[in-house]
Amino acid sequence: MMEIVVCIKQVPDTTEVKIDPVTNTLIRQGVPSIVNPFDKNALEAALQLRTQYGGKVTVLSMGPMQTKEALKECLAMGADEAILMSDRAFGGSDTLATSNALAAGIQKMGKVDIIICGKQAIDGDTAQVGPEIAEHLDLTQVTYVAKIESIDNATIRVQREHEEGYEVIDAQMPVLLTVVKSINEPRTPTVKGLMKANRKEIPVWTVDDIVVKASAIGLKGSPTQVRRIFTPERRVQGELIQADTGREAAGILVQRLVGLKII
Amino acid sequence: MAVEVKKEECIGCSACVSVCPFGAIVMEEDKAVITDACTVCGACVDTCPVGAITLTVEKKEIAMNKEDYKGVWVYIEQFEGAARNVGYELLNEGRKLADGVKQELAAIIIGDDVDHLTKEAIARGADKVYLVEGPEFKHFSTDAYTITLTDLINTYKPAVILMGATTDGRDLGPRVACRVTTGLTADCTNLGIDEATGLVAWTRPAFGGNIMATILCPDHRPQMGTIRPNVFKKAEPNFSLTGEVIKVASKVKETDIRTRLIDIIKVSTVACNLEEAEIIVSGGRGMGKPENFALIEELASVLGGAVGSSRAAVDAGWMPAIQQVGQTGKTVGPTVYFACGISGAIQHVAGMSSSDIVIAINKDPEANIFKLANYGIVGDVLEVIPALIEEIKKVKAAQ
Repeated sequence: MMEIVVCIKQVPDTTEVKIDPVTNTLIRQGVPSIVNPFDKNALEAALQLRTQYGGKVTVLSMGPMQTKEALKECLAMGADEAILMSDRAFGGSDTLATSNALAAGIQKMGKVDIIICGKQAIDGDTAQVGPEIAEHLDLTQVTYVAKIESIDNATIRVQREHEEGYEVIDAQMPVLLTVVKSINEPRTPTVKGLMKANRKEIPVWTVDDIVVKASAIGLKGSPTQVRRIFTPERRVQGELIQADTGREAAGILVQRLVGLKII
Repeated sequence: MAVEVKKEECIGCSACVSVCPFGAIVMEEDKAVITDACTVCGACVDTCPVGAITLTVEKKEIAMNKEDYKGVWVYIEQFEGAARNVGYELLNEGRKLADGVKQELAAIIIGDDVDHLTKEAIARGADKVYLVEGPEFKHFSTDAYTITLTDLINTYKPAVILMGATTDGRDLGPRVACRVTTGLTADCTNLGIDEATGLVAWTRPAFGGNIMATILCPDHRPQMGTIRPNVFKKAEPNFSLTGEVIKVASKVKETDIRTRLIDIIKVSTVACNLEEAEIIVSGGRGMGKPENFALIEELASVLGGAVGSSRAAVDAGWMPAIQQVGQTGKTVGPTVYFACGISGAIQHVAGMSSSDIVIAINKDPEANIFKLANYGIVGDVLEVIPALIEEIKKVKAAQ
């Protein structure tokens, strides 16, 4: 049976984040926590593979206990199992420490054929945890996957989004894929799915449940350190071109661009 | 390292709660409590009016001898034998970093039959070029390139590596950083040297561009980062400069490569290579209907630019997803960005806010896009764009 693992992250909905104009800091109050949108694409891809080839889909996340809500949503979408890794010892992890912990969690599961992650999380936008998990587990990796074409004889054929277009790639399994938004349209949980998800137990693994060096996780396992956080300077007020007609405005704009040697 | 709240001194004002960019502080029984989400950024420490929050630094035990690592490296990414611009942009910026710490600047070139790129790398500032060639590098593969870059790092021990935040750069970077166990800062938009420590200060947007974070890699080497294309300018090549080319033999075996490139489906290159484009013309829902994107394409074509799109236009099926600019699409930083009929939702802004000049054309004077536009025209795109095309053609004809 094909074992598929989907790694997800619970993130603040960054499109709802606003900046306090007085203190120039993030206003977090009332910002909902959501499943990282790309991770929903990853889960949808896994569910479609299960339909086509059979298998089991397990969703894995690391985070505080409230992450269970996000995992519940994944169960409601149709995942078979969900596991949360939660421990104070994981706190303050950068991408390397996070990937160490998640890789240890995946190893605990035993045989895995495909791991799917979203291309990046919308709060950090690093796109690093996926490839780093692949490295820890010594797996083939293909990032920015826009289409899964077929699985045949332990080889998966995918299309990878690239600057020039799409690369068609054959990858040996087991494999880790990161997926882009255009790969699919994630399904909405059904009422039945929600009820099922509510009844489902979500096991919580702590650092004692996995095999990992204490120096490889949390703050100690994080080579990078945040030095400073600041709000970007907003642009200086630009010029709103005043003209009676669109044609006239276009003429003025072109003059400006000529002045800047852009044309 | 840890951030701690001295409970007896906390007055329960909750000032720290709102400044924490990670939402890692909660109030329990009128006292601030630091949760697992803390990344020890220290933003709360300066905010506390009574000094009840402290940041303690404990020394990490690291096996790495940092003194052994010297020099700044720039990875020159090539596609089908042509270097991507971002490599040359980073050589120019890497030169400043290398001069700042008085170390040498080296270019890393991996590919098949790419010897011709060494001259230009030297002309653009590299003191040294490490060149690894072989048919196994004809196309990028995670496995072959990771083995090779890791081998170079372990042999020659650089202090800093700069890579372009391209599709392949963001595939290769984390894999290599993980293999050599070091920190990688992704998608940077600014670089500097931290005065207190002499470390590279990597600055990058987070939370959809709502905040900026400056990141250090204090105890691990090399310090690695991927940097967005178009953030830095290329230097003019100076072919009188000289440098050393060091050819390194490939250690990749055929069985090491677990992927095989079957085909490349090229989408019209000018239209879709948004990451490297100097001018981008993007259209949104305000274009009215898909047919009107012909105007966007024509304006891009007369300017020699690429065509982008907002999420709304992609979701409506008017434009392919590969051309979407924004948080869930591509991140771009051209010299000039035209936003036509785009309202400027925060998720779109996150993908284009590092553009040098933003030009907004929209009929709604209240549209958010005008807040970040250097030049704005309130008007109908269907009237303004054709006039723009005509005016630009006139200017070009006269030049």
